Amino acid sequence: MNFPFLSVITFTPAVASLLILMMPGERKTEVRATALAAGIFATLLAVYVYLAYDQSLGGYQFVEKFAWVPQFGISYHVGVDGMSAPLVLLTAVVMLTGVLISWGIDDRPREFFAFLFILATGVFGVFVALDLFGLFFFYEIAVFPMYLLIAIWGWQVTREYAAMKLTLYLFIGSVFSLVGALAMYYVSGLGTFDMLALEKANFSVEFQRFWFPIVFFGFAVLGGIFPFHSWSPDGHVAAPTAVSMFHAGVLMKLGAFASLRVGIMLLPEGARFHMPWIVLLTVVNVVYGSFIAMVQKDMKYMIGFSSVSHMGLVAMAFTTLNRVGYVGAGMQMFSHGVMTALFFACVGMIYDRAHTRLMPELGGMSKKMPFVAVAFIIGGFTSMGMPGLSGFAAELPIFLGVWNARAADVVREYPAWLQWVAAMAQTPWYFPTIAVVSAIAIVVTAAYVLRAVQRVFFGEISHDHDHHVGDVTVLDKVALAILCAFMIGIGVYPAVMATLVDTGVTPILKLLGVA
Amino acid sequence: MTFDPFNTSTLLAILPEFLLVVLAGLVMLLDLLWPESRKRALGLTAATGFGVIAMAALAFSLPKGGNALILGGMIRDDFVSFFFRMLFLLSGLIVSLISLDSPGVGRKGEYYAILVGAVLGMNFMAASADLIMLYLSIETTSIALYLLAGYLRDDDKSAESGLKYFLFGAFTSAIMLYGFSLLYGFTGKTNLYELAGALAAGAVPIPALLAVILLLLAGFGFKVSAVPFHFWAPDVYEGAPSPVTGFISTASKAAGFAVLARVTLAVFPSIETYWVSLMVAIAAVTMTLGNTIALSQKNIKRLLAYSSIAQAGYALIGLAAASPAGIAATIYYLAAYIPTNLAAFGGIVLVYRATGSDEIADYAGMSRRAPGLALVFLVAFLSLGGMPPLGGFFGKFFVFAAAIQQGVALGNNWLIGLVFVGVINAIVGLYYYLTVLKVVYLYPPRAETKVDVPRAYRVALWACVIGILLLGTWSTPWIGWATAAAGNLF
Repeated sequence: MNFPFLSVITFTPAVASLLILMMPGERKTEVRATALAAGIFATLLAVYVYLAYDQSLGGYQFVEKFAWVPQFGISYHVGVDGMSAPLVLLTAVVMLTGVLISWGIDDRPREFFAFLFILATGVFGVFVALDLFGLFFFYEIAVFPMYLLIAIWGWQVTREYAAMKLTLYLFIGSVFSLVGALAMYYVSGLGTFDMLALEKANFSVEFQRFWFPIVFFGFAVLGGIFPFHSWSPDGHVAAPTAVSMFHAGVLMKLGAFASLRVGIMLLPEGARFHMPWIVLLTVVNVVYGSFIAMVQKDMKYMIGFSSVSHMGLVAMAFTTLNRVGYVGAGMQMFSHGVMTALFFACVGMIYDRAHTRLMPELGGMSKKMPFVAVAFIIGGFTSMGMPGLSGFAAELPIFLGVWNARAADVVREYPAWLQWVAAMAQTPWYFPTIAVVSAIAIVVTAAYVLRAVQRVFFGEISHDHDHHVGDVTVLDKVALAILCAFMIGIGVYPAVMATLVDTGVTPILKLLGVA
Repeated sequence: MTFDPFNTSTLLAILPEFLLVVLAGLVMLLDLLWPESRKRALGLTAATGFGVIAMAALAFSLPKGGNALILGGMIRDDFVSFFFRMLFLLSGLIVSLISLDSPGVGRKGEYYAILVGAVLGMNFMAASADLIMLYLSIETTSIALYLLAGYLRDDDKSAESGLKYFLFGAFTSAIMLYGFSLLYGFTGKTNLYELAGALAAGAVPIPALLAVILLLLAGFGFKVSAVPFHFWAPDVYEGAPSPVTGFISTASKAAGFAVLARVTLAVFPSIETYWVSLMVAIAAVTMTLGNTIALSQKNIKRLLAYSSIAQAGYALIGLAAASPAGIAATIYYLAAYIPTNLAAFGGIVLVYRATGSDEIADYAGMSRRAPGLALVFLVAFLSLGGMPPLGGFFGKFFVFAAAIQQGVALGNNWLIGLVFVGVINAIVGLYYYLTVLKVVYLYPPRAETKVDVPRAYRVALWACVIGILLLGTWSTPWIGWATAAAGNLF
């Protein structure tokens, strides 16, 4: 048997978490060192998996499978394809940089890293799961540590409210998806939770049309889809820095990824039927999210709503059901993950030193922390979709994909109250118009990013800050440098990721019947 | 059916029960012999005894297969009874350990002797195949538990708890006995499996049979604290010594389920459609009521009382499915629930020792005063809430899956509706479990002193946590055993 790379990656954080919990609480340095070692180890393995994935073969690789609960047809079945390999890498990178920038946490670091790593195991597990039950198992593991991480180490003003809101939103969403999954299990009659088998189950058109929205939205709640997004900015703001990074950088991808893997891939007819109206919700995500970000004074709220807007682009790309759009979605998930982790890291560093995140109260920070300023500006340009950075490589295909998308003819069968959507969707200008409208968001993004850069990093520094604010630590700089390297690397040479994602898109299109 | 008391295999089948009697006597004897300073060792003796008996049971008392009715048809030697007996012995072990330093009970020989007696009664409850035996074992268990609940004579709440438990128990037990007498009167038989034959032959008109099952449900519903026979639970739980509350909420409830499952499946298959509907209704109401009232509780023992009512509701879902998978799911659910709740009550004993309070507000900052204990609460409460990778997750998953499976197979939409009710309840439940964890982890401590965790408690709590994790990750062998046990009931 080959070396079980994916299991080792998935359970490295869990094992580290147990080790950390067994240490005495006072040995904070050892706790941090263990966390760092686990982060580096997982990242190295994830990089290896990413590079060793054989693109000429495609499909699922590094597969491991053995029976878990054979009575119910549940197996432990993991593997990566072109869609999930970048996300595994993303998770490892965010985990590593999250540890680096959390070095300074002094309140119960043992519990902090232990819970953070349980979360990381859940996230890895979802990205590599090929068994529907396994996917849920890890999905729930990824959700509940959030509650404690936000409630204990979060921002004191809103943490209780935000933590409970987030947990209940995500739990309710996942429960709906779970019921859908059980329905698939029993109706398929195959007696297995294996997604590769369920892909071939040939569910009836009526079944798919009924369950698709339940499963898709159940997961998409975590992807921040309108109108179920409101937990997300609140959660980002209340969370401590490393958790915000994880949350916006990785967890939201979890929602998008699971709605793709379970919703679109197992119920493709449902996707073809429902996507033409869901795209309207994603437009709201993209445009409304960017406008709300525009009016925020708190930097974290600004980035939180910016995430809603950018993740809306991923969901919008899913609605295109074409190759260019899906490649863009895969790229955007990675690009946004790195970018938003960088943003939250920068904001966390500023807040730790200046004790405020309100943009009107900040200014001149580039004098005190030039490294952060440079990193934030690179992230900002990525966010705007500047060529040469990963944001451009991701968003351009999405807009192309949306422009070229066409609604399936089945929209004619919409119920009477949705006929107005069907009428629009059948015209050739439906998706192009959506692309044009969404492009407004790019302009708005440029406006709020540049304004934030100008207010926070340039201009006059307040007297108080001039005396008290110091530069960031070396570890912080290393973390920022890693994140920037990914954005620049993919931006300069997109093929390093695009060809890989492309191999993952092919089977999805085959399931959708458009390849 | 002959009564053959001197057959070795028969005697081996009830070896654990013989040994329990010996253990009870031994603990009483040592209580007389040992000086006051050594009496903490009484609990250790009881715990060791339970452990040894569990191993002896594994070695000598495994059912031979064939579901033999032994001892004149009084006892059924099958995997259900074996599985449940192991659960009772292990929970007896844990309860003995968490009783050690519990004020007022930890150093009393007769306390442990009564505890052993209660376990003895439960063992026979799970194994009885005859109305007489069933009634005797239920009473043995109940009377022991009344004594334990009211054990702290000088504490008003404990005395009240014991008396309330006794009055409720006596009342429901009388109703149940009336049901038994009707069964006997109609058929002239007391053996459950012979009764089933007579009832299948139509000896009793359906309406009378429905009346009988309602009467029996009063007694069994009391044991499992299902609505509307749950009123005793909050007061008894609050007043009884915490280890006893842990015991009543786990082992006693599981024993109730063992009896409920055996009697309904063995005696009443002819009116299955009726009692399935009844179970669906009871399960839905029990979960919803338990969870709703739990939301507003300020005392941790009352909160866990309502939580345990709700948990009984989830376990009833598997019973309502009335399929082998459903019963297996219920058994699994109980197997996961027992270590979970015992871990919680072990923690409650320790916190009470340190703070003298069971108010949730006094759990503030426990994560600073006792980080390990806080972790135990975290594991226990999240398992109660049904989060992976903990036992409660698989328990919930199995009962829901079994109900959907049976609902799809029989076209019974009520069962599928019941799963939706269960799912919504799981969300409500998670909310109040998280609220407790919030107090434990988030709020500043009211005192700075560390909470002392003696070694015996450490062992007991670790055992529970490992059990919870094991049931939540590697479930294959356990669900296999539960399925084998469930198969014996059909």
